[in-house]
Amino acid sequence: MKATAIAIVACVGVLSSTSLVAADAKKDAKSQVEFGISVAQRGLWREAIYRWEKATEIDPTYAAAYNDLAIGYEHEGQLDKARKAYEKALELDPNNSQVRQNYELFKEINDRTAQKEK
Amino acid sequence: MIGPLRKKNSAASGMRRLALACAAATLAAFAAACGTDYFEIPIETPIQPKLDVSPFQRVLVYGFVAGGTDDVDANQETVRLLRSQLRTKSSLRVIDADVVPLIDVARDQSQGGSNEDSAGPREGGAPPRASSGNGGSDRGAQGVTLPATIKDEKDLEPYERLFANTAYWKRIGEEFQNPLIVTGTVLFMSRSTSGFVQRDQETFDNLGRRRVMPMRTYMERKGFVLRPKFVFIDGRTGATMYSESYREEILYNAQQNTPALSSYFELMDRLVPNFLSALSSQKIRGTRVLLK
Repeated sequence: MKATAIAIVACVGVLSSTSLVAADAKKDAKSQVEFGISVAQRGLWREAIYRWEKATEIDPTYAAAYNDLAIGYEHEGQLDKARKAYEKALELDPNNSQVRQNYELFKEINDRTAQKEK
Repeated sequence: MIGPLRKKNSAASGMRRLALACAAATLAAFAAACGTDYFEIPIETPIQPKLDVSPFQRVLVYGFVAGGTDDVDANQETVRLLRSQLRTKSSLRVIDADVVPLIDVARDQSQGGSNEDSAGPREGGAPPRASSGNGGSDRGAQGVTLPATIKDEKDLEPYERLFANTAYWKRIGEEFQNPLIVTGTVLFMSRSTSGFVQRDQETFDNLGRRRVMPMRTYMERKGFVLRPKFVFIDGRTGATMYSESYREEILYNAQQNTPALSSYFELMDRLVPNFLSALSSQKIRGTRVLLK
């Protein structure tokens, strides 16, 4: 009886600490994304890309980070990477109209480039 | 009588302004408290040129096989426009030569013209020749009957053989010290159409509220279609490096009288960035939405 109680308490402890770590990771990823936005607004796109890449490493389920990263790649002319990042963002958040709009605008440019490579 | 009334009005409008300012401040405070989760940001996407033009220092916009409406000399105008764009937006030096009536060159070739004289224009201002010399292997389109006037795509088709005549283009290239040659076809046609068009119509209800409703209305419209094909030829070999075709259309209300030349420039304006992106790297401006 006592052992069971200890086991339950231990499980609860592990679960709560795991969720705390996950929450911390999400918070950390969000702060990286926000910092990336603030530097992109000042024209420091390479730094922004670094921050957004970091955010996606910390939280691989963070759709907004992939969206921002795609925009950064697009601005740097890395169209292949941009496409992959947009597709990942849409995979994580398929109903996000803003990501979809960004992706549609990107595709217009990407299609034009693809045509020339034929 | 007028004085106090004015005073009253200005007091009322001052109150209104104060109320509006308060409302705006409240909204701003509310927005700040909520925090914005998206930011619109301008971006510039660099696009690499479609062609490797590094072997060339100079570009010759030679001439175009043009057809369609007689209101615009599409050959002259296209050559002039592309040359001026290339002068300012490409690193290549633009050769200032006479504009060649390419339609005559094609006809001459189809008739097996034996004029041994040089075909091309002269750099620096000699008058363009009505027909061009195409001795021997230059006769790429020989034996093909070419329509006397070009009114549509079908009429233009047989003229396209001219661009496959490598011997001819090689000779033009030699004459101008092996530049990149830009040529092609331009069809600028008038067009009229009628049918239902969706337009936004502004309405006001009984309370004076403005509404914009999409309305389908029957309209007769007229305008122009521009169909250019740009062909890029290596002046060293006479071979086609790359070609691209476009189609742009503009339609106006049938009552509106827009000159053909201004429509031509409006349509070309849409295509010029695509043309330039073949030769030089371009930056495409746009806006995207960053998300938190």
